[in-house]
Amino acid sequence: MNLLKKTGLLLGLPVVLLAIWWVATENSTDPYVPPLSDIFATFPETWTVERLTHDIVPSLLRLLTGYALAVVLGVTLGVVVGSFQTVRNTVEPVLEFFRSIPPPVLIPVVILFAGIGDSMKVIVIVFGCIWPVLLNTVEGVRAVDDVLRDTSRCYGIGGASRLRHLTLRAASPQIFAGMRQSLSLAIILMVISEMFAATNGLGFTIVQFQRGFAIPEMWTGIIVLGLVGVTLSLLFGLAERRALAWYFGLRRAQRGE
Amino acid sequence: MRNPPTLPKWGQGLVGLAALVVMLELLPRVGVVSPTYLPPFSTMVQALFEELGQAQFWSALADTVTAWAIGLAIAMVLGITVGVVIGSIPVLRAITASTIEFLRPIPSVALIPLVVLVFGNKIESSLTLIVYASFWQVLIQVLYGVQDVDPVVRETARSYRFGAWTQVRHVIWPTALPYVMTGFRLAATVALVLAITAELVIGIPGLGYEIAQAQSAGNVPSMYALVLVTGVLGVLVNLVARALERRVLAWHPSLRGEVYA
Repeated sequence: MNLLKKTGLLLGLPVVLLAIWWVATENSTDPYVPPLSDIFATFPETWTVERLTHDIVPSLLRLLTGYALAVVLGVTLGVVVGSFQTVRNTVEPVLEFFRSIPPPVLIPVVILFAGIGDSMKVIVIVFGCIWPVLLNTVEGVRAVDDVLRDTSRCYGIGGASRLRHLTLRAASPQIFAGMRQSLSLAIILMVISEMFAATNGLGFTIVQFQRGFAIPEMWTGIIVLGLVGVTLSLLFGLAERRALAWYFGLRRAQRGE
Repeated sequence: MRNPPTLPKWGQGLVGLAALVVMLELLPRVGVVSPTYLPPFSTMVQALFEELGQAQFWSALADTVTAWAIGLAIAMVLGITVGVVIGSIPVLRAITASTIEFLRPIPSVALIPLVVLVFGNKIESSLTLIVYASFWQVLIQVLYGVQDVDPVVRETARSYRFGAWTQVRHVIWPTALPYVMTGFRLAATVALVLAITAELVIGIPGLGYEIAQAQSAGNVPSMYALVLVTGVLGVLVNLVARALERRVLAWHPSLRGEVYA
């Protein structure tokens, strides 16, 4: 019964919304809003295996490469900047400025240096996604509990094990918060950079559909992009829950649950 | 007292900024990077002053700021209204939770082809993208805020038979306000990013469009100057949002941190 209720709550509204969409567009003659049944019907013929390997896989590879580089660079620099007060005071305004530049405007700049190939897209993603990770890491490293810091010093914990067990561990909730912001930025930048200049990829394909007035196909593309966003966010949630299990447990304990 | 600073904090910050400027000036001059790709800082500043003297620049800036402000206002009103309604009725909250979790991560740029077809390069296109992207930021914060209402206060209000509006006005709103302001700050940044993205990709008049124009015309110094302007705009948006937050919440016992979500 409880399970039934849960499933109902989980799927109830989405099913109702889809049904409304289906019925409302059933006899639609508006060329831009085709019937949902048409969109579903075009789905299998549009997203074939070939398209999967030709468009979705390259897009995802760019996204993941850029994102991974941004996270590694952001955390590394963040630990350095966060650990030394003078460094932090000196570079903070510069970092704040770079973070405030809306990342998509970097696309024309990066095109100058890297052309319009894969490296341009990866560099754009790195430059756009590094700031939330970097600044959150700085905050996290700075806020390491003083007692823990002193304790680890008394026990003579230093070097790599200090970094691994104290600094990174204590900063990890903040780092994950930054990584979550960066993930949604990474998807946006992947799509935009492909819309701007590319020969394959999700963003490119969807714009091609739009320019060719292949409207149901364009809708399927929008749906695929949405699914990519949702899937990545789910995966991120899983990874986060695993990595931060200790933290969520600690918070539950503090709230007395 | 490790690393006693020799300069005050803002002084060290200035040193950092100055170092950046010197680097931007020297790298192209010495030839580490080609000046065609990265003009020296002085050339960028010169291009910036040329831009500042042109009416076209100011109208582009006004277009961007207008789209940003209208989009942000719509997103705030929608986000707060929907958030308070959903948040204060537990059944609604339970029903909508999965839908919100599903719709939120959909990248707003996925809507670009659709708005191009429906609205073309008009302001409605950027407004749609801005509202879609910033709405979720506000909504999520408001939902957390409404949830945060002290049960004792809620029960007391119920015992005194506060009406629905009085409850919203005097119980829910003050509790949720810090979260609303956090949502405002996050949404203000996102709205600016989307405003400029829409102009850049769709060609809606504004700063983003000017950047695209400068790029296709090969006017590299102007392009950099405009990128710097968007950065300054971003810094200003952030500063204004923070100042507003401090002002609106001056009465609040503790300026709360962000919700970890």
